[in-house]
Amino acid sequence: MNSSVITFPGSNCDRDMNVALKKFGFKNKMIWHDDLELPKSDLVVLPGGFSYGDYLRCGSMASKSKIMKSVLNFAKGGGNVIGICNGFQILVEAGLLPGVLLRNKYLEFICKNIFVKVNNKDNLFFKGIKKETLEFHIAHNEGNYFCSKEQSKEIDDNDQIALLYSDKAGNVNENTNPNGSIRNIAGIFNKERNILGMMPHPERMIDPALSGVDGSIFFENLINNLK
Amino acid sequence: MKISIIITLKKDVLDPQGKVIHQTLGGMGYENIKEIRQGKYLEIDIQENDQKKAEEKVEEMCKKLLANLVIENYKIIESQ
Repeated sequence: MNSSVITFPGSNCDRDMNVALKKFGFKNKMIWHDDLELPKSDLVVLPGGFSYGDYLRCGSMASKSKIMKSVLNFAKGGGNVIGICNGFQILVEAGLLPGVLLRNKYLEFICKNIFVKVNNKDNLFFKGIKKETLEFHIAHNEGNYFCSKEQSKEIDDNDQIALLYSDKAGNVNENTNPNGSIRNIAGIFNKERNILGMMPHPERMIDPALSGVDGSIFFENLINNLK
Repeated sequence: MKISIIITLKKDVLDPQGKVIHQTLGGMGYENIKEIRQGKYLEIDIQENDQKKAEEKVEEMCKKLLANLVIENYKIIESQ
């Protein structure tokens, strides 16, 4: 399976993602934002970080960078795309996912392990995952998911909610919402569910010595579903 | 032409920074403030002498990049 990770100026989770993808069997290539063409890929990943210093709005500049034309074509043609953290912000700014990520409700940068409930397994990214909740890491200042009422209805109608902030048992409520996201949304799909945006970092959970292993479950499952 | 624009958060979008500024001013003794909303101000110096054309171009820029219309409104406040 071939994957591509896009590096923007200010990306800082691109190399972690490279390590994670390779560990679970992807042949990964690192692609520079100024390149025009994507290599042949089964998966494209927009990594976390602070692309373009978060100027104007997080992800807004990166969403207009040169490589994004190819990423847009790839995604609109049904190609599989994941955006993690800043990558999620880039996907919403590019119009590939509905909504927007606002400043965290209590204005603090949040860096901690959290649990997410997998809300929809009828897709390439989570099909086959047996656990109901996964432990990932979040590290963000703008992860407060927001969308218009019309978008919220559309997200429901098409079952586009991927992940919800929860506790270990899968309870979703105000106490398990770290950043003020509407309805505890931690990740969403596009309508066709070939594009996934999520704030939590699975690539930081691939080694028990460092953190946890639920990222391993995610990547192992993903490459199996792609085969 | 020099076009000045302001970008503000829409009314029903939470503005935590505005809230904190409000609280701080309250703590300094300014107690009669109803609400504070924080926004952005940009000056765009564009090589175009026709005001209408220049404003149209800036509007296009607002829609494509400068404002995110899900959460923000933009307004041209001065053209000179």
